[in-house]
Amino acid sequence: MKLTLNIWRQASTASAGEMKTYQVEASPDMSFLEMLDVLNEELNEKGEEPVAFDSDCREGICGMCGLMINGEPHGPERTTTCQLHMRSFADGDTITIEPWRSTAFPVLKDLCVDRGAFDRIIQSGGYISVNTGAAPDAHATPVPKDNADRAFDAATCIGCGACVAACPNGSATLFLGAKVTHLGELPQGQAERWSRVVDMVGQHDHEGFGGCTNIGECVAACPKEIPLDVISQLNSDLRTAIRKGH
Amino acid sequence: MTDMPDTTTTAPESATAPAEFADDAAGYYTPGDPIRDTKAPSGPLDERWNTRQFEARIANPANRRRLSVIVVGTGLAGASAAATLGEAGYVVKSFCYQDSPRRAHSIAAQGGINAAKNYKGDGDSVYRLFYDTIKGGDYRSRESNVYRLAQVSTNIIDQCVAQGVPFAREYGGLLDNRSFGGVQVSRTFYARGQTGQQLLIGAYQALERQVAAGTVRCYTRHEMVELIVVDGRARGIIVRDMVTGEIETYFADVVVLASGGYGNVFFLSTNAMGCNVTATWRAHRKGAYMANPCFTQIHPTCIPVTGHHQSKLTLMSESLRNDGRIWVPKKKADCTKDPRDIAEEDRDYYLERIYPAFGNLVPRDIASRQAKNMCDEGRGVGPEVEGVRRGVYLDFADAIERLGREAIEEKYGNLFDMYARITGEDPYSVPMRIYPAVHYVMGGLWVDYDLQTTIPGLFVIGEANFSDHGANRLGASALMQGLADGYFVLSNTIRDYLADGPFDRIADDDPAVVEAQTAVQSRIDHFMSNTGTRSVDSYHRELGNIMWEYCGMERTEDGLRKAIDLIRTLRDDFWRNVKVLGSAESLNQSLERAGRVADFLELGELMCIDALNRRESCGGHFRAESQTEEGEALRRDEQYSYVAAWEWAGPDDPPVLHKEDLVYEFVEMKARSYK
Ligand SMILES: Cc1cc2nc3c(=O)[nH]c(=O)nc-3n(C[C@H](O)[C@H](O)[C@H](O)COP(=O)(O)OP(=O)(O)OC[C@H]3O[C@@H](n4cnc5c(N)ncnc54)[C@H](O)[C@@H]3O)c2cc1C
Ligand code: SF4
Ligand code: FES
Repeated sequence: MKLTLNIWRQASTASAGEMKTYQVEASPDMSFLEMLDVLNEELNEKGEEPVAFDSDCREGICGMCGLMINGEPHGPERTTTCQLHMRSFADGDTITIEPWRSTAFPVLKDLCVDRGAFDRIIQSGGYISVNTGAAPDAHATPVPKDNADRAFDAATCIGCGACVAACPNGSATLFLGAKVTHLGELPQGQAERWSRVVDMVGQHDHEGFGGCTNIGECVAACPKEIPLDVISQLNSDLRTAIRKGH
Repeated sequence: MTDMPDTTTTAPESATAPAEFADDAAGYYTPGDPIRDTKAPSGPLDERWNTRQFEARIANPANRRRLSVIVVGTGLAGASAAATLGEAGYVVKSFCYQDSPRRAHSIAAQGGINAAKNYKGDGDSVYRLFYDTIKGGDYRSRESNVYRLAQVSTNIIDQCVAQGVPFAREYGGLLDNRSFGGVQVSRTFYARGQTGQQLLIGAYQALERQVAAGTVRCYTRHEMVELIVVDGRARGIIVRDMVTGEIETYFADVVVLASGGYGNVFFLSTNAMGCNVTATWRAHRKGAYMANPCFTQIHPTCIPVTGHHQSKLTLMSESLRNDGRIWVPKKKADCTKDPRDIAEEDRDYYLERIYPAFGNLVPRDIASRQAKNMCDEGRGVGPEVEGVRRGVYLDFADAIERLGREAIEEKYGNLFDMYARITGEDPYSVPMRIYPAVHYVMGGLWVDYDLQTTIPGLFVIGEANFSDHGANRLGASALMQGLADGYFVLSNTIRDYLADGPFDRIADDDPAVVEAQTAVQSRIDHFMSNTGTRSVDSYHRELGNIMWEYCGMERTEDGLRKAIDLIRTLRDDFWRNVKVLGSAESLNQSLERAGRVADFLELGELMCIDALNRRESCGGHFRAESQTEEGEALRRDEQYSYVAAWEWAGPDDPPVLHKEDLVYEFVEMKARSYK
């Protein structure tokens, strides 16, 4: 299949970027990133610098990849960019490829962005404080299966940032809600539950992410199908925490 | 302690073939002194680790703020180590090449993690896990190390649960277990098909907690490109800031490598795109021995290659073999038919046929080699790539009928989705197609019982070291080893080394430092100024083809010799003809890859030499010259029951081989037989 690609090129954070147009020949069983590999090999051949884009596992689990494809985070399917395949496109298509757009995720080069803000949010409280060696036997505290399952569903977030890219406000509330729900559903996470939510929300706002107005674009873009109710959970935990004086 | 009766195999009389010594690799290496001491305590097996923990000195708590540790890697091994050392009060610097520690390749592990909890009451014990690991490793690992691994395995589960790792649970709220890859007890803890992800997020959160506490500093998008050795001790690393291109030098009292495996030497593997050997290879070139580099694990259940554009291979968890049945058509003519139209009697469930006791659950190397045999016979299925159909069916029709679609969905839903996404086929209605792919390396830097290399002050943990899996790793044991090393072993052994610190401050203009910096810079300058014509990837791909063809599932003397010649030629061409565009002072992914491929080109040769030297078949290493009449692997204990530890002798001299004899005091060496 023959494709026209409009790709964002930007030399560094400080420099201005622009869209550039390329032609590439792909096959339907290629992944989207393999299609970009093919383009890069051709650019290299022609003496043009290849397009920088992030990926690592290429299995949809590390969260490293992430492109705006025709205006949609991770493209037309509900999956990560690396798991998107060219069979989702047609011969002759024009595809526009851009980096995540968010003030909290500065562009480093071409399609690569800096998502360090997510790590700092976790640093602010996205953990359970237990030093190595200090844990009781794993069976000391049973966890009802329903809570365990809900915690698991929330814990599948891969930290890709698509929710932020999708949100008109540039909010990371889905990411926040996922972590708060994961740890808050478990008995082990109760001790720090109220301080955690307050500290994480504080850091989120400090990083320059926008506020949540319940639009729900994040959920539609999330490759791991993190459900909207983690945001209600977040809000309800936050209210309780404030009531408790945190 | 005596050997446990072996309920799982029927062992033939003797594992050893007539002892005629073949020195296949003569001329490719220089014999060196044997390694006599691995620093494991003697005495009863179950007391050795206690002894070592007691004897290892403790660095004064007040002093720890003055002791610094560099940890390269943030996978299960590195993140758990950095967090634990931070908690202990050391000053830790943590490095990774991804944009966040949470993205290390441990995240991709699907199946599970072993631990001798015996929660199922099915007869598991520390001894049984130890025994299974030794046997699974085909008697090429150390008893002391493996026993320790089994001992600390139970603490890992406790730690992870306390951190909030959402393992699968039963309705009563207790943890669930499953049986995994060739063992007969249920000791594998899992979190749907995303165990690695959940364990890594637990370790990552512990790490970020230490960042917040100020004990750990993380350097993401920083790639280690050189090790600094001063006065015989590892004292620092040189890294490239992958965003600005700056070359930076960091010093510490001790350096820990947790940089993962080098399976990407094969280009196509289930590893992440960035997995590399650079950190460990640079250390090897500075004096750390590389042990058993040819021991590679080829995983039987991966999605087959579809064409030349392929950038990586995707694993389908081995747990699928618990319920899926593997087959190929009996007749070549049926290979292009819709599998659903092939009658039961025309299907060859070859693993069930050849290994009735274990069937589809035979160890990975056997399952892999048999898949290759079937395809070589012309009975493979799926698209033809370069004239051969490389695929076999993994069929869930029976399981779906027996357990219902819902049960299968609950167990394997995300794997089935992944398969459908990649292939465009629905595995609930059409059998999956699978083929073996490189997955894991048992080889790695040689370490002693303390996990210290032959360079004092350089420790190696996780997949990057060679220590615990012998010639073959059991499923769900890499996660266990990474976390055992990182949470529980390293912190107890490294303190003995650090008790002598802090060491002298190193001057920025120390000759060893300047020399290392110059070497790094000139390598980069070479890549940037070379006026070549070929892309880095094209070299990587070609190297991968050579390795897969001659140093893959089946290795022969002639093939390995040929591979060594081909690699040498390719390497020369690479240095003359590689083309890297862009600038070194910015994010430059071609430049990053060029450095990695340069190191793979040296490693590949050593792997072939190691494979050539080892004229026996053991675990994942199958030498065609060493098989039984039925075509099964034939181990040669008299000649090869040693660890091959290779010393770098310079770019123009053959490597030096040091042998560490493997002595079995507790377990009797038996021929592995799964018939
Ligand atoms: C697809 C897949 C599935 C698997 N499933 C299982 C399973 O179910 N059970 C099981 O037990 N095992 C499994 N394994 C094996 C297991 O996941 C790995 O062996 C293990 O996770 C390795 O952990 P690690 O911490 O040693 O290294 P990794 O997790 O690979 O981490 C390496 C770290 O080193 C860093 N790094 C590497 N090189 C450099 C450098 N030059 N400079 C700076 N940083 C560097 C990386 O950034 C990364 O942080 C699986 C492996 C794969 C590939
Ligand atoms: S919530 Fe979803 S979209 Fe947002 S970071 Fe997590 S996985 Fe990505
Ligand atoms: S590359 Fe890892 S999720 Fe896409």
